[in-house]
Amino acid sequence: MNILLALLIGVLFGAAIYMILRRSIIKLIIGLMLLSYAANLLIFAVAGVQRAKVPLIPEGASEVAQSVADPLPQALVLTAIVIGFGVMAFTIVLIQQLYQQSGIEDSDELKTTDH
Amino acid sequence: MPSINTYTSLLVAAPVLYPLLLGLITLALWNSRRWQQWVNVAGSALFVVIGILLLNTVLNDGILVMQGGNWRAPFGISLVADVFSAVMVVITTIMAFAVSVYSVSSMHHDEELQDARRSIQFAYYPLLNIMYMGINGAFLTGDIFNLYVWFEVMLISSFVLLSLGQRKFQLEGTLKYVSINLLSSTFFLIGVGLLYALTGTLNMADLAVKVPQVEQQGLVMLVSIFFLVAFGIKSAVFPLFFWLPASYHTPPISISAIFAGMLTKVGVYSLIRVFSLIFVTNVAFTHHILLWIAGFTMLVGVMGAAVQYDIRRILSFHIISQIGYMLMGLALFSPLALAGAVFYIMHHIIVKANLFLVGGVVERVSGQFDVRRVGGLLNAYPLLAVLFLIPALSLAGIPPLSGFWSKFLVIKAGIDLQSWLIVFVALFVGLLTLFSMIKIWNEGFWAPAPEDAVPFTERLLSRRNILLILPVAMLAGITLWIGFYPEPFFQIAEKAANQLLNPNEYITKVLGVAP
Repeated sequence: MNILLALLIGVLFGAAIYMILRRSIIKLIIGLMLLSYAANLLIFAVAGVQRAKVPLIPEGASEVAQSVADPLPQALVLTAIVIGFGVMAFTIVLIQQLYQQSGIEDSDELKTTDH
Repeated sequence: MPSINTYTSLLVAAPVLYPLLLGLITLALWNSRRWQQWVNVAGSALFVVIGILLLNTVLNDGILVMQGGNWRAPFGISLVADVFSAVMVVITTIMAFAVSVYSVSSMHHDEELQDARRSIQFAYYPLLNIMYMGINGAFLTGDIFNLYVWFEVMLISSFVLLSLGQRKFQLEGTLKYVSINLLSSTFFLIGVGLLYALTGTLNMADLAVKVPQVEQQGLVMLVSIFFLVAFGIKSAVFPLFFWLPASYHTPPISISAIFAGMLTKVGVYSLIRVFSLIFVTNVAFTHHILLWIAGFTMLVGVMGAAVQYDIRRILSFHIISQIGYMLMGLALFSPLALAGAVFYIMHHIIVKANLFLVGGVVERVSGQFDVRRVGGLLNAYPLLAVLFLIPALSLAGIPPLSGFWSKFLVIKAGIDLQSWLIVFVALFVGLLTLFSMIKIWNEGFWAPAPEDAVPFTERLLSRRNILLILPVAMLAGITLWIGFYPEPFFQIAEKAANQLLNPNEYITKVLGVAP
């Protein structure tokens, strides 16, 4: 399972970088999306994927039972997904506006602010 | 159990909660321009009071900690105010006040923005305040993942502010800014994830204890590079700075000013925090890299500025070169050097934002940001010339202005450590900075006006322009104050540097037990 996840993360990172380096602006955005998925999956994986109990303290006890899953990385991933969603929504509206105003879809033509 | 002190907890949380409140109030007032503007000015004045109160308490009582939800660290999220964060909060509030006054005139008399008036009223003040919330949250948080969240709060507001007005080149600048920042956030997130995998904690004080205990120090160094790249992009260091001069000159000038002053410095703050608290196990490796980055950042930034003629673009490149000085202070990593870096940040935010604001005044009276097409400002507006010269000479480091002392401190630290190369670069870059400032002076203020220029008709002290001049004069006054009486500022910087270099107090206060 861990090897599969590692491979998947690697493929996602590779695909993301490939897409980011393309000239089309839409593909740039898709690349950034894939990159954030890869990062989220990475955080999920580094916590160790295992079949373990839910991290709840049983009634009457003061400590969790042995070998529970670590809930924190999932909370982190959840936060990151929500933030990523908001930012992506903004970015998509942004490129739509940019396309409407300038008709540019090739990032090589985006150079009026560079000199 | 740390004692529950409601007042200190509230004081530490106030710089984060207050701008949220102000943002909501200004949002509710969006339909009435006047009310919104003046409530924001009054609210920002109170913001300054809160900032100074926090700094004063921190200076008297030492590091203040607030445990979120009263969960004991490292399990909950802590907000921590040490001298360095408190200083940054105070500067944020001062900038917020200056920009709030400036915006009253600049945002509503700009003819280019007439079409976007409604969206500006709807979004400008609320988002500006939410951005301050993100900035202060980043300064105060004691949790590395929480730092990521505050960064995002700050970034999302800055995205919208940058594109406000929706002019074509603005959208283009925003796209560049957004995509590079998403990339940097992802690096940051990966770094946080890997750090958690290595140590099992996210609390920065706890990380400071646990990172040296990690057996695989090679992996720690790898993770530190993730943080270096992430914060490096955000603070526009060499070779990751190209987004900055491509985007910072596109929005309305008051937004440029607050971005130029604050946003990159949040990156620098995070670099200093992380590389003085967490990644100090192999200083010879990490800080050596930082030193090279610092040198190249200074040099490349100032050379980029040399070929520019738009005031805003000249100043944008100077942000980059000045970031190099701050990093130099961090990289040398001696008490004096870090004090120099903190002092440099204090001076730089005020001076840099002020120069952008002066640029806005130049544009108001001449209709131009391109200094080649402006001339004769010295004869027409001698007061403006003085107000430009104070921050400009300070930026170049002419004694006795504030820039001299800050450059003196980092360079003195370099001489003490016998890092001759970086000292030479720092001095040389100071000279080139002076060259750039003199270029603006010569072209815009001294040279006769070009033939096709519009004659000056604006009165500088008219009712609508006085609101531009007042904040500029206030910031120039602070520059002079730091310049002529640097002792208290230096003492604060020294105290901040001591706390950064001896993190025991920080760790003890946050965790409640001595390390």
